[in-house]
Amino acid sequence: MRGGDEILRIEGLCVYFYTYAGVVRAVEDLNLTIYRGETFALVGETGCGKSVTMRAVLRLVPPPGRIVKGRIIFDGVDLLKLPEKEMRKIRGSKISMVFQDPNTALDPLYTAGYQTTETILAHRKVSKKSAWQRALELFKVVEIPEPKRRLRAYPHELSGGMKQRVVTSIALSLNPKLLIADEPTTALDVTIQAQILELLRDLQRKYGVTLVMITHNMGVVADMADRVAVMYAGSVVEVADVYELFGNPLHPYTKGLLRAIPSLTSRNERLQSIPGTVPNMIRPPPGCKFHPRCEYAMDVCKRERPRMIDMGKGHLVACHLYS
Amino acid sequence: MAELKYYIIRRILTFLPTLIGLTLITFVVSMLVPGNPARLWAGGIKASPEVIEAVKKRYHLDEPLYMQYYYYLRNLLRGDLGVSPLTHRPVITDIMSYFPATVELAIFAELLVILMGIPLGIISALKRDSVIDHAVRVFSLIGVSVPVFWLGLMLQWLFYYYLGWLPAGGRGPAPPRIYTKLYVLDSLLCGRWDLFWSNVAHIILPAFTLAYIGVGMVARVTRSSVLDVLSSDFVIFLNVKGLSRLSVLRHVIKNALVPIVTILGLEFGGLLGGAVITETIFFWPGIGRYAVQGINSLDFPAIMGVTVLIGLIYIIVNLAVDLLYAVIDPRVRL
Repeated sequence: MRGGDEILRIEGLCVYFYTYAGVVRAVEDLNLTIYRGETFALVGETGCGKSVTMRAVLRLVPPPGRIVKGRIIFDGVDLLKLPEKEMRKIRGSKISMVFQDPNTALDPLYTAGYQTTETILAHRKVSKKSAWQRALELFKVVEIPEPKRRLRAYPHELSGGMKQRVVTSIALSLNPKLLIADEPTTALDVTIQAQILELLRDLQRKYGVTLVMITHNMGVVADMADRVAVMYAGSVVEVADVYELFGNPLHPYTKGLLRAIPSLTSRNERLQSIPGTVPNMIRPPPGCKFHPRCEYAMDVCKRERPRMIDMGKGHLVACHLYS
Repeated sequence: MAELKYYIIRRILTFLPTLIGLTLITFVVSMLVPGNPARLWAGGIKASPEVIEAVKKRYHLDEPLYMQYYYYLRNLLRGDLGVSPLTHRPVITDIMSYFPATVELAIFAELLVILMGIPLGIISALKRDSVIDHAVRVFSLIGVSVPVFWLGLMLQWLFYYYLGWLPAGGRGPAPPRIYTKLYVLDSLLCGRWDLFWSNVAHIILPAFTLAYIGVGMVARVTRSSVLDVLSSDFVIFLNVKGLSRLSVLRHVIKNALVPIVTILGLEFGGLLGGAVITETIFFWPGIGRYAVQGINSLDFPAIMGVTVLIGLIYIIVNLAVDLLYAVIDPRVRL
């Protein structure tokens, strides 16, 4: 454990989506602490609220979603209390984000270089020339071949992997303290995926940026992360060191997730899935939201929401089995 | 940039077949018209056979159709659209004297469409489902559904008869020196502010009457186009980058522009061709009124001349729109 030096602390975060069908409780009473310099993975199924949580950190929850409650302390400042203008100064310069699909993340009408320099110019009082100089350096850092020519290329002239490199260079252009990568490889070819992960790992080491990876790919987690939080239906159910989590998973949901990974060594084994489906988030089940799918469910699970319990060595779990 | 150059050359090359198509259709339509043009042009029923023969020879009416088409094209290229049997003047001369008034009116109307329609659409999209959005929606719907003649008459009644603020119709006073034949502009070039304001006062009602449909359409298209862009992923990334609201809006508007430019182009062609009713209501001495006169008196050279002219302008505007696409969107250049 790095201990103490936290960069981001989320306390009691609630994000609700006000739809016609009802209020979708996408994130409910979520607590999370991320330490400076680490690579942190946020895992869970599609729709469990992991992207929304990190979008909330940037205060860019898409409508009709709204941050209802909670505190998001970044570097000692509660982001939810900042005026919008101050928040814009933080976005892109102190906290940045890379998206799942690089093909739609860039404005098709502007060159890659323009979109990089405009970020620099929005935050720093530098000349256009030095901004382009910086963009060229960044393109070299993210290993874009022929960076000079690529600066003048439009997004449609670049491949998917190349676009993700451009997006990454934009996200890194102002040396952010926190970089959120929202499934940065899902939309890419497998070989390109490995390259992008390699790139992120290198950049993380070189610049000491705190990296939050949002993913549902346990392979990526094992490969990249120092610590992991598992989310289920809008809440964190387990947090642990990556070795601890894979070696000694405590929450029944985490156990299920790990059993669902195909492995090369155990050959004649059927892949196991977690029975049931993700709960209705408009009227989630009472008590522990996982209890309808849990093989260890007890009476108390249907009544009471489990609290987060510290099992030692920073291993936290929210499950009645351990109380 | 090389791509852009090739695109422009390619696009101009496709312009030629369209032009041939336009002249061919106009020519064929003129051939389908019943009656004997030679006799008509020679003076009608009283014309002697010798004179009719002479007219036939002179206008190549005795030659095969493809030769006639050739002569028609050749004359067209020389700017010769024939002689109007009504005014006994070359059609091109008539058109040149009527057309600037229509161009002036259409430019004014197009300016209104751009300056009102686009901002209304943007505000509507940004303040979605607000009171402003609903107000713009109603305003646009009225614009699209109210008949032009009724709107023109009502505006005339309100601003001329009831309020007495604006003249009922007619073109403003001609400035002492003519440069562009557009009176509003020429008044300015002559430095005559009194004439400038008078001309603006004359043009504003017909221009608004002509523009209102377009304002409504452009506002609606702009709204949906901006909303479309606002929901795309790259807008989220622009916000993640920490750009100011204004910078983000600039990206959004440029992306929303392609469908808007399409509508504006079609609209401008429509403004020129569709000025007939407005010009009639407001006694505007433009090409629309000339065409109506021509139709009423079966003045075929005049009708054909106007048709070719408006068709030509439609084609040119479409070409301009296509070139604008390429300037806005690099993907079009491929």
